[in-house]
Amino acid sequence: MSTSAAGRITNILVAGIGGQGVMTAAEVLSQTALSQGYDVKKTEVAGMAQRGGVVTSHVRFGRRVLSPAIPHGEADILVGFEPAEALRWCGQLRHGGVAMVNRLRQEPPVVTLGLFPYPDDPVAEMRARGIEVHAFDAGAIARGLGNSKLVNTVMLGAIADYLPFPAEILKEAILARFRERKPALVAVNEQAFEAGRAAQAAT
Amino acid sequence: MRRDPALSAVNPLPQSERRFMSGNEAVARGAWEAGCRVAAAYPGTPATEILEYAATYADLYSEWSVNEKVALEVTIGASLAGSRALCAMKHVGLNVASDALMTQTLIGVGGGLVVAVADDVGLSSSQNEQDSRHWGRFAHLPVLEPADAQEAYEMTREAFALSEQFDTPVILRLTTRICHVKGVVVAGEREERPVKGFQKNPARMVMTPMNAGRRIPLMLAREAQLRAFAEVTDLNRIEDGQDKRVGFVTSGPTYLHVLEAFPEAPLVKLGFSYPPPLGLIRALAEQVEQLVVVEEVEPLLEQEIRAAGIPVLGKDLLPRMGELAPHILRPVIRAFLGEPAALEPTPKRPLAFTTPVQVFPRPPTMCVACPHLGIYYCLSKIKNTQIAGDIGCYTLGAGHPWNALDTCISMGASMGVALGLDKGRSEADKDKRVLAVIGDSTFLHMGMQGLLDIVYNRGNVTILLLDNSAVGMTGGQEHPGTGRDIHGLEAPKINFRKLVEALGVKPERVHEVNPYELPVLFKALREEVKVEDTSVIITNQPCVLTERYRNKPPYAVDEEKCTGCSNCLAVGCPAIAVTRRETVVKPNGTVKELTFVAIDSAACTGCDLCPGTCGPEAILPLAVFDRAGARP
Repeated sequence: MSTSAAGRITNILVAGIGGQGVMTAAEVLSQTALSQGYDVKKTEVAGMAQRGGVVTSHVRFGRRVLSPAIPHGEADILVGFEPAEALRWCGQLRHGGVAMVNRLRQEPPVVTLGLFPYPDDPVAEMRARGIEVHAFDAGAIARGLGNSKLVNTVMLGAIADYLPFPAEILKEAILARFRERKPALVAVNEQAFEAGRAAQAAT
Repeated sequence: MRRDPALSAVNPLPQSERRFMSGNEAVARGAWEAGCRVAAAYPGTPATEILEYAATYADLYSEWSVNEKVALEVTIGASLAGSRALCAMKHVGLNVASDALMTQTLIGVGGGLVVAVADDVGLSSSQNEQDSRHWGRFAHLPVLEPADAQEAYEMTREAFALSEQFDTPVILRLTTRICHVKGVVVAGEREERPVKGFQKNPARMVMTPMNAGRRIPLMLAREAQLRAFAEVTDLNRIEDGQDKRVGFVTSGPTYLHVLEAFPEAPLVKLGFSYPPPLGLIRALAEQVEQLVVVEEVEPLLEQEIRAAGIPVLGKDLLPRMGELAPHILRPVIRAFLGEPAALEPTPKRPLAFTTPVQVFPRPPTMCVACPHLGIYYCLSKIKNTQIAGDIGCYTLGAGHPWNALDTCISMGASMGVALGLDKGRSEADKDKRVLAVIGDSTFLHMGMQGLLDIVYNRGNVTILLLDNSAVGMTGGQEHPGTGRDIHGLEAPKINFRKLVEALGVKPERVHEVNPYELPVLFKALREEVKVEDTSVIITNQPCVLTERYRNKPPYAVDEEKCTGCSNCLAVGCPAIAVTRRETVVKPNGTVKELTFVAIDSAACTGCDLCPGTCGPEAILPLAVFDRAGARP
C-alpha cells in the first residue's frame, strides 16, 4: 500500500475486455470498501461504450483518496480478467504487488487476422519480471458451475484474502447483491467465490 | 487551509448519508436538489448518464432531444418560462449548440440555466479533444470546474444560484475523469422553488440587431462583475504549503492530481475558473519561487496569467494533450527542480518492472451478431468506392477486417462530405462510387439536412441508413425513431422511409433491407451504386445490446467440412476464432494460406450471417452436433 499525506491507500487495478464484467467487479469491490468506512474512488477507462476493447477500472480506498487514477507503479493488486491484458497492465504494480490472472485467452480480431502475435505465455513473462502471479482458468471454473458470467465472482474470490478487511465481508456483499437482484444465483455465486479463493491459494 | 477530509475510515459518517456516485449522477442530483424542473440532452460520452439519472426524478421533466442545439433551446425556453433548467452534452455537442449559446448570453436567464459540458480529455470516445472552457471566454459566461463527484454535486447547485444572481447561463465544465469517476457524495434534499412565470419583454428576448446591440454592454458589465466575484467566492482559494519552490494554479480535477503529487506545495484551487481571479493568483505568485499552471488541456489560464504580467510556466513543461495525472506531473516538476525524476518514494522497483510491455492493440470491436457486420462485409466486397462515414458504432467499419470507411468527422458529416466527394471528384476518380454510412440517431441528429442538400443538389450518392433502433454507441438510448422516450414509455415513432421520401429521395430509390440477408443487401447495394442518383438503403434490425434483439440458437463449425478459406472471418464477428493456420502448396505451385476456424457457441447468438459466407456449408446449428453426440 502506498503511503501519502492522506495515509495508506489500497490500490486495485481491474483489467479486462469490454463485456467481461470488469466494471461490475470494481463496483462491488468499491461498495464493499465503502461499507467498511473507507473513502473510495473508482474510475473507469473504458474505450467506447463497446464490447471487445480494453477496459480498466481503478479502485482506490483509504482514509482519504485524492486523485482517482492509481499512480503508475503503485497498484497493490492487479486483477487480470485475461492473460494478455494482465501482461499489458503489469507495469502498474508496485514492487511486492500481486497479480491474479484468469488464464482464459481471448484473441481480438487483429490477432485472429494474423496482424499481431499473441504473447506466448503472458503469465511466464510476468513472472520473469519478478511479479507474484496467481494464475488459474477462471473461465473453466465458471463454465464448470454452469455460467460463464461467473468469471467476475471467481476473480473477486481470488483477491478476497489480500484485502485489508475479511474475505467474508466481500463475499457477503456479492451475495447480498444477488439476493436483491437475482436470488436464484446466490448459491452458485457463493461457489464461484470460494472456487476463486481456492484456485488462487493453489497457485 | 486544507480541507479536513470529510470522511475517514477511522470516523465514518453513517453509511446512509454517504452515497457512492459518479460525477454524472452527482450533477443530476445537484440539479434536482436545486429545484431544476427541465433537463434535456442528446447522448454523448462522457456526459450521457447525467440525463439518465435526471430522468429517475419524477418531478424533473427530462428528455432526449434530437441534438444538443435543440436541447439547449428547450432549456432556454424553460428558463425564460421561469423554471430552473439543465442541459448536458459532450464537448463536441456544444459546438452544435453554440449558435444558441452565443446569443443567449445577451439575453440572460429567467430561471437558472446551467449548461453541463463534458470534455473527453484523453479521447476515450471522441473525434477530438477540444477544451470547452473556450466557450466561457467566447460567450462571456462563467465557467465552474468541479474536482470530484462531491464538488460536481455542490457546484451544480451553486451554478443555478449564480445563474440567477448574475442573470447569466453558467457553464459547468466536466471531464471524463469527473463524469465517470465514482466517489463518496454527501447530498441533501430538494428545494421546491416557485416558478416566476414568463416575463414578456421583446426588447430583451427578441435579438434583432438593435436589441442585441443594446444588450452587449450589459453582458460586458456582467463579465466585470463576475471577474470581481471570482476573487471573493469560496469556489476559489489559496491553500498554503511548506515547499515554496513551486506554487501551482489548478482547475477542476487537476487540483487533486497536484495535491497527491506535491502535498507540500502551495496552490490556488480554482472551482470558478472563468473569469479567473488574477488577484488571488498574483498573491500566490508572490509567495513562491515559480508559479506553474496545471490545466487540461489548453493553456487558457496560462495565457491570461501571463498577459496580466505574472511570470508563469505551464505548457512549456506539461503536455498539451491528455490527462495530467500525478505520474505525469511528478517527473516533469522534479526535473524542473533539478531533482532525480524517481518514479515514487516506494522501494526501488527492479528494472524488469519498468520495462514497457509489448502487447498487441485491442481496439473495441463490433459486437457478436451486430447488424452492422453484414453491411461492412458487403461494403468490403464492393470495389471502386469512396465511403463517407459518420459518428457511431459503425465508425469501427474503418478497422479490420472490413477497412470500409474513408472519413469520419462530425455528427452528420457523412452526408455533406459524400456530396463533396461526388462534386469535387478528380478525373482519376470519375468512376468511383460514392457512398455514405450513417446511423439512425445520427441521421436524426444532424443528417437530415445533409440528405436534403444531396437531393436538392442532385448528388450521385448511395446512402446507407443503418437503423438499429438505438443510440448504440452510448449504450442504447432512445430517440424519435425507436418509439420510446427517455423513460421507456411509448412515444411517436418516426418512419425513416417516409422521412427520406419527404426530403425528396425518389420512392423507387429507397430500399428497406434486413442486414442479415446478405444476398438481398448485396443486390440492393450493387444496383444502387450504379444508378446516377440519390439512393437510400435503410437497414432495419435492432442493436444486439438492446432488449429489442432476440437471441436464436447458436452455430458451430464442422471441422471435417471447414476448408480453411477464411471467408467467414471477413464478417468480423468476434465469436469466430482461428484454430490453426496452414500453408499449402498447390499442384500448380501456388502457395495458399489456409485458416481454420471455430465458433464460440457460448457467445454466438445465431444471427445467421456467417453461414451465408461459408461455401462448404461447414457452419451448422450447434443442435446438429448435439444430436449427433459430437459437440465440436
